[in-house]
Amino acid sequence: MSQVHNSNVPNYYVPHQSKWPIIATVAVVAFIYGIASMLYSSKIGEASATPSWIMLFGLGLTVYMLYGWFSNVVQESQSGLYSPQLDKSFRLGMAWFIFSEVMFFAAFFGVLLYVRTLSIPWLGGEGAKGVSNLLWPNFTAHWPLLNTPDPELFPGPSATIPAWQIPFLNTVILVTSSFTLTLAHHALKKDERNKCTLWLLTTVILGIIFLGFQVFEYQEAYNHLQLTLSSGIYGSTFFLLTGFHGAHVTIGTIMLAVILVRIMKGHFSKQKHFGFEAAAWYWHFVDVVWLLLFTFVYVI
Amino acid sequence: MNETTSISTKEVDTPTTEHHAHPTGISRWLYTTNHKDIGSLYLIFSFVMLFIGGGMAFMIRAELFQPGLQFIEPEFFNQMTTMHGLIMVFGVVMPAFVGLANWMVPLMIGAPDMALPRMNNWSFWIMPFAFSILLSTLFMEGGGPNFGWTFYAPLSTTYAPPSTTFFIFGVHLMGLSSIMGAINIITTILNMRAPGMTLMKMPMFVWTWLITAFLLIAVMPVLAGAVTMMLMDIHFGTSFFNAAGGGDPVLFQHIFWFFGHPEVYIMILPAFGVVSQIIPAFARKPLFGYKSMVYATASIAILSFIVWAHHMFTVGLPAVAELFFMYSTMLIAIPTGVKVFNWVSTMFRGSMTFEAPMLFSVAFVVLFTIGGLSGLMLSIAPADFQYHDTYFVVAHFHYVLVPGAIFGIMAAVYYWMPKWSGFMYNEPLAKLHFWLSFIGLNLTFFPMHFLGLAGMPRRIPDYALQFADFNMITSVGAFLFGTTQLLFLYIVIQCARGKGEPAPQRPWEGAEGLEWSIPSPAPLHTFDTPPKVD
Ligand code: HEM
Ligand SMILES: [Cu+2]
Repeated sequence: MSQVHNSNVPNYYVPHQSKWPIIATVAVVAFIYGIASMLYSSKIGEASATPSWIMLFGLGLTVYMLYGWFSNVVQESQSGLYSPQLDKSFRLGMAWFIFSEVMFFAAFFGVLLYVRTLSIPWLGGEGAKGVSNLLWPNFTAHWPLLNTPDPELFPGPSATIPAWQIPFLNTVILVTSSFTLTLAHHALKKDERNKCTLWLLTTVILGIIFLGFQVFEYQEAYNHLQLTLSSGIYGSTFFLLTGFHGAHVTIGTIMLAVILVRIMKGHFSKQKHFGFEAAAWYWHFVDVVWLLLFTFVYVI
Repeated sequence: MNETTSISTKEVDTPTTEHHAHPTGISRWLYTTNHKDIGSLYLIFSFVMLFIGGGMAFMIRAELFQPGLQFIEPEFFNQMTTMHGLIMVFGVVMPAFVGLANWMVPLMIGAPDMALPRMNNWSFWIMPFAFSILLSTLFMEGGGPNFGWTFYAPLSTTYAPPSTTFFIFGVHLMGLSSIMGAINIITTILNMRAPGMTLMKMPMFVWTWLITAFLLIAVMPVLAGAVTMMLMDIHFGTSFFNAAGGGDPVLFQHIFWFFGHPEVYIMILPAFGVVSQIIPAFARKPLFGYKSMVYATASIAILSFIVWAHHMFTVGLPAVAELFFMYSTMLIAIPTGVKVFNWVSTMFRGSMTFEAPMLFSVAFVVLFTIGGLSGLMLSIAPADFQYHDTYFVVAHFHYVLVPGAIFGIMAAVYYWMPKWSGFMYNEPLAKLHFWLSFIGLNLTFFPMHFLGLAGMPRRIPDYALQFADFNMITSVGAFLFGTTQLLFLYIVIQCARGKGEPAPQRPWEGAEGLEWSIPSPAPLHTFDTPPKVD
């Protein structure tokens, strides 16, 4: 750590005053408050347009904030303000952020595990809490759950999405995209800009194709299989897991697209390109989540 | 205390370094990236919330002063218990400790600021908004959240008031703030230590916060997941917590307590850190068993992930689960005992003096142990069938939280206030504050043990006549404890406004650590070039 005293390495850069965080606060709060108000007013049956305007304002401000804040950081980085120590702070920050995301998904996988191995068998009369079968004596445990305990409240789906068709294709697409991303990274490290651009573009396109298939699959589920959010616990967990995963793919694709633009603008160097790496970590994380999801939601 | 080493505020405020002149007024606070400013903001916020949450406790205790319904409707009573709990947990204890971390961690490890100063500002400013949203639910049609701070489904889904949607998004916002705050703290501790400060040389407060930050990043997302599923059950027709669709209301409890039990350690570990700083300082001896303190803290944190269902013994778990969670819970008592042993051994044959921080710390050790022991009673599954959802549980967690977490915060404020403000607080008044709080809280919470053992259920606005006497004592104690905190407010304001002796660089003769190597008050920027630690 003695290099900290070295005069050609800048001190740890502490920005003095920034307007971005408070803008970020207002943006996020407005966005979330808008959504909450929309849901609230539809619940109490008082439809009004104001909440959606608040939400849109928040969304717009979020986009502006992200653009402004990141431009600010990019500028600072390019003017050489960032020491290796600061670079490490960004890395640690991103790594722990991904860990928090891991725990977010872990909760949802936990739900799936609990429902499949404990509560549904109990409802079907098995095991330590088999008495709960008294509630719906006609219910028999099975998975995927096509017949819910109370089909009038929660009519089950007629079928589920088969694993070895679109989902498998999507698995191939996502795994491939992780490879193309790594190829892009290697190209960047060798300063082969065009190659990097090409592979990164391929990755973004693969991400978009994945999302397209996902939308198609959701339409299939809603229109032909009666597999919906309200078709009992199978639909609930299915859309929860795939939905949040899809949202993360969307964010990851946007991140990679931004990085692509920056590559084309000539940002990053062969040694320093943490923005690229952060987006790549995120992408690989999303990929791993998909592999688990494919296994536990679709295959078994 | 040596007055010649003192430094007045005026001298420090003149910008002698290359830093920009510091803006004043509201923009200073809105745009700040300074860990000291942000630390102060957190602490002030937490103080405001303490009085709001305390006001709710006042209403609860006024209603329970006598049997029968006197002041408030049962529906409103339920909103008060719910909001009191939520505010105290998320609005008082957590932000206060984050504020302390912001102020002290960089000073204790010799860092120029937090690792990610802008995100730090963001983490703070979300909080006032989140709590405004939460508090606004009280004025909505159907009232605010009324299902208890644990918001069990289906009370919080099928039978919830419409305002629950705002509650859910409020929780999302606080979670966002906590996660970003924790990422910042963990990154600061791992990456910003002065050269020579190895992990095993870190002050205990820094260690406990490192582990707390880890717990926060691990469980706040799980809480976010829980409220998200609630939201979907309420608005989008899912059936996560509805057995009619194949879900399970008990599943909610599992998810909640997987977050909830680590959460109680999030509220106590930093307090452990605080008293581990203070007791050596006033016993004028190094901390006994530093290494075992570190390992004990880490084991508590790890164990806290596998004990959650001790909150659910009576919900109908399979017998193996009852046994597993009973024994794993009891295991936690071992590292906890190690800590108590170490604090006592630190005091043993020390040359002790009892200034306010020490008074609060010694009371912490004694009274927290009472809370730990009632916890041990609760961890015995068959016994918990008797105690569960009675006032005994209320007594237990108030003993670990009030003379535990809250006393830890107060001890920290008295201990470090001279460093923050540059002035000594009023010691006689602080001692009075301590004794009144001490008497008040024991009057409030000790009788709750008896009430609970005699069978008084928690979360009720009225009770059977045989509970009347103890309830009256409890309410009197609560009023005493509550009003005493106005004295605390007065002492803090006086000290912050500079009414008091100027504080020397190191106001406590036995205190050790980098934070005492800089002037009091700490200048806005410290350790721009890292100090050398050996
Ligand atoms: C020796 C360590 C501890 C043990 C063995 C223990 C055990 C327990 C048990 C078994 C319960 C459930 C009682 C019931 O609902 O029937 C409980 C409740 C509780 N404990 Fe502890 N505990 C310990 C330490 C702590 C600490 C350090 C805190 C917080 C700082 C804490 C906060 C709470 C809270 C808030 C509840 C009640 C939650 C609720 O139902 O509202 N406990 N404890
Ligand atoms: Cu617990």
